[in-house]
Amino acid sequence: MSEFIIFSLLNTLIYGLLLFMLSSGLTLIFGLMNVLNFAHASFYMLGAYFAYQVSIHVGFIPALFLAPLGVGILGMIVERYGLRKVHAHGHVAELLFTFGLFFLFNELVILIWGRNPVDYQIPDFLDFPLFTLFGADFSAYKGFMLLISIAMFIGMYLVINRTRIGLVIQASLTHPEMVNVLGHNVPAVFMYVFGAGAALAGLAGVIGGNFLVTEPGMAMALGPIVFVVIVVGGMGSLTGAFISSLFLAGLQTFAVGMDYSLADFLGHFGIQASSEGFWGDIVRIEIANTRAMIPFLFMIFMLIFRPKGLMGVREE
Amino acid sequence: MATAALKLDNVKKNFGDSQIITGLDLEVLQGERHAIIGPNGAGKSTMFHLISGLYEVSSGKIALNGRNITNMAPHKINRLGLARSFQITNIFPNMTVFQNVRCALLWTKGYKYSIWHLCDRLKKVNAQAHEILERIKLSSMANEKAAVLSYADQRALEIGITIACGADIIMLDEPTAGMSNQETTQAVALIKSVTEGKTLLIVEHDMGVVFDLADRISVLVYGKIIATGTPDEVRCDPKVQEAYLGKEAVECSA
Amino acid sequence: MIDNTTMDSAEIKGGQAVQSGFSGAAIAKWAGIWLGFILISLALPKIFDSRFAMSMFNQMGIAIVFALSFNMLLGQGGLLSFGHAVFYGMGGFGAIHVLCMVNDGELRIYTELLPLAGGIFAAILGFILGFISTRRAAIPFALITMGIGELLLASSLLLPSFFGGEEGIAGDRWTEITLLPFKYGKSIEVYYLILIWMFLSVAAMYLLTKTPLGQMANAVRDNHQRAQFIGYDPHKVRTFQFTLAAFFAGIAGGLFAINYEMVTAENLGMLPSTDILMMTVIGGITYFFGPILGAIFITFLQLVVSNVTHAWMLYFGIMFIIMIMWAPDGLAGLIMRHQPIWRAKRMTKILPSYLAALVPGLVMFAGVIVLVEIMFHISLSIDPESPLSIMGVSFRAQAFMPWAVGILLLGVGGYLFKLAARRVNQAWKTVLAEIKQEGV
Repeated sequence: MSEFIIFSLLNTLIYGLLLFMLSSGLTLIFGLMNVLNFAHASFYMLGAYFAYQVSIHVGFIPALFLAPLGVGILGMIVERYGLRKVHAHGHVAELLFTFGLFFLFNELVILIWGRNPVDYQIPDFLDFPLFTLFGADFSAYKGFMLLISIAMFIGMYLVINRTRIGLVIQASLTHPEMVNVLGHNVPAVFMYVFGAGAALAGLAGVIGGNFLVTEPGMAMALGPIVFVVIVVGGMGSLTGAFISSLFLAGLQTFAVGMDYSLADFLGHFGIQASSEGFWGDIVRIEIANTRAMIPFLFMIFMLIFRPKGLMGVREE
Repeated sequence: MATAALKLDNVKKNFGDSQIITGLDLEVLQGERHAIIGPNGAGKSTMFHLISGLYEVSSGKIALNGRNITNMAPHKINRLGLARSFQITNIFPNMTVFQNVRCALLWTKGYKYSIWHLCDRLKKVNAQAHEILERIKLSSMANEKAAVLSYADQRALEIGITIACGADIIMLDEPTAGMSNQETTQAVALIKSVTEGKTLLIVEHDMGVVFDLADRISVLVYGKIIATGTPDEVRCDPKVQEAYLGKEAVECSA
Repeated sequence: MIDNTTMDSAEIKGGQAVQSGFSGAAIAKWAGIWLGFILISLALPKIFDSRFAMSMFNQMGIAIVFALSFNMLLGQGGLLSFGHAVFYGMGGFGAIHVLCMVNDGELRIYTELLPLAGGIFAAILGFILGFISTRRAAIPFALITMGIGELLLASSLLLPSFFGGEEGIAGDRWTEITLLPFKYGKSIEVYYLILIWMFLSVAAMYLLTKTPLGQMANAVRDNHQRAQFIGYDPHKVRTFQFTLAAFFAGIAGGLFAINYEMVTAENLGMLPSTDILMMTVIGGITYFFGPILGAIFITFLQLVVSNVTHAWMLYFGIMFIIMIMWAPDGLAGLIMRHQPIWRAKRMTKILPSYLAALVPGLVMFAGVIVLVEIMFHISLSIDPESPLSIMGVSFRAQAFMPWAVGILLLGVGGYLFKLAARRVNQAWKTVLAEIKQEGV
């Protein structure tokens, strides 16, 4: 049991920090520009594919830097030549535009790299067990992922709390009208923040792509969960995004190991649930099987009972 | 004595740590034209938002015709007979001018969320909407998109929407802000004519407008009403002169 | 591209009709449009009677209802849903389950009424989910609808008795219990059934835009705060509008169930949701008829283009982005922009510039096609070394020449198109200035 708990906690931390790497960028962009970047998970996907391409030629370590850089530059281009133009058409148009990008990036990835997963592997020098606990290995790569995530987290904390631009961003998160007094360089700030957010997502792709799998469906697989994270955390709140990243990761990770069902529960009380039809389906569902549903269920409950999210500061 | 149209009883509002409204007591009488004046940042718009239900009060009580409306949802307050305009133009930009006014009539005429009526067939409603357009002098623009109107026309439309609700208490938030002199004169005439027989609560910066329109004036400074009275009484109030008019105090005739 | 166009939409015409007291000309015009629409629909299967054409018409009819119901949210209510197919799919499941019960002899319901069953089932669900999701509009709404879609898709595998697992639920529409003298064995009979439901739905959705709820949906879309101060609860307006939109999506789903005699969980997933979104936006959301155009146009392309290339989705995405960036009012908006010029009889002044832009536009487009097809051939075909053929020309995808040709076409075409676009703009400005001067 304690083995299950410890490994689940470690996995929660890895998965949660990965989610935070994505949701923090999304939150920053949303907080500053009031734009929900639907294509954010696409940047994650592109990060993985870029890293794959770079690592074939020059290895993993350069890819770790080059891929996020490439994704960041792409993000800046998207902001400068796309989003800024669409901004004039209003809010819905912005949302539709980023959605269109999501769609297009997916098709472009298929166009270039094909429909099947690419062979993006964990580098050899990190492919060994770091330590063994209760007879199970904890791989060095997981440790590496943790390290990168924590480094990213500290870096972001410093930028946001210790630099001028960070203070401006912070202010605009809680007081969106503050954006107007940023000075004449607002468009540039938008472009850099958008690029930085994209680069963070790209970094998540670099370290997540080889750990999970690098395929055209990866943006669609993670995107909705990242959206759930920012809704649950409260739109525009970094702290909220952090808490809900870890929390949702924990829910999903722990759920995997539980094969308990409603029928088992009723069994404790000596109730024999019918195994026929629709109710039969329901009582037979094991918690582990609901892994994919948990975030969305949680989001709906959240919206019913606390619509502005855990740490939400904004009403509408 | 008749119940006050609007009564505020020690209303307070905090935003986080800062107290914007520090204790409002105000009584607006039935049928009077009551103006709120005060320096920038005194909390005039906040007070409007509190009364109309847009903001929740931190403490205190607000009563409309003797009925407690504290922290009620805005649409419910509106249904009880209070209509308001906004400081920034607040209309339905992608609908026609005519539709803007007609929408404001739908609830009071009892059509609610109906899907059984066709608006174009509601003869009485349409006639009344046209009548209001006539009064706010926008008949010729009836079929234009509201967004393409000039600023002054949009302000007039805003007043049109506000009075169309059929409320007997009308609150106008700086209706003449940003208007030229000529436009202001027209706006004041319009306000006078459309609020005939109704209770009016108005926030206004232009003192000419205030002294021209108001039966009574209240002075709001730092979230508190420091004086209430007829224009002449307020003009002569030493506290007002000190807090609001400063050294350039107007000569007092009383 | 071209700005300062006034949006004199169908709604404004409604307003004019009020002023002029429903003028005879206006009524005749509307009657003409509707009658023409009906006559064309009735004549279509007589002219094109291949299986392919029939299947396409049926799909178009369903897509029109679905797209219009989507626009009840996006265009009329300002609510961007990423999960509208939930109601399409659930409507389909509702209808197919009723059909199965009819097949088993547990129920006697006319086959013609199955879409209604789908609509009612979807509307009930729509009311509940609408209440949850429409408390806030804009971004939270978009995310919640997406979450609900994902949730249902994820739960579909766990509830096989309702969703039928991967195979879905199948029924048999040949029930002998019908209102009309049809057995619905032939697809032309299904076509007429879809046609009837489509016209009923289109008319109902059109009239709904004119009701107090429809008008208030527009008002809440424009300014939810102001709507509160004229006595309306925006949450309620949105919930009712959402329920109605779900109802019509359910009808479309019911028609789908009859047409294919089978519904799977894929019908309520992200794919049909995004499909209908893109279709509707390309057609145009600011005009009532926009989604109809989008449904016809995209369904046609979908069937025809995906027959010849695997890259349909990519072209679809490119088209969508182009529309969002340069023609946010969609095809309908592009058409309606020409109304003032058409009325002033000045179309001849801008048509030459269009023709001049068309040629480089096609060259650029050809360049895109060549490059996309080469890349797709290399990354996706079973044997990338096999020769690729585009429009009868056969070549090796790995060779240098095809790439060079593609890039050249794209570059030269793009450059010339940019110049031509400037000419189009200039022509527009001149014509609009002329019209203004004459005070037409």
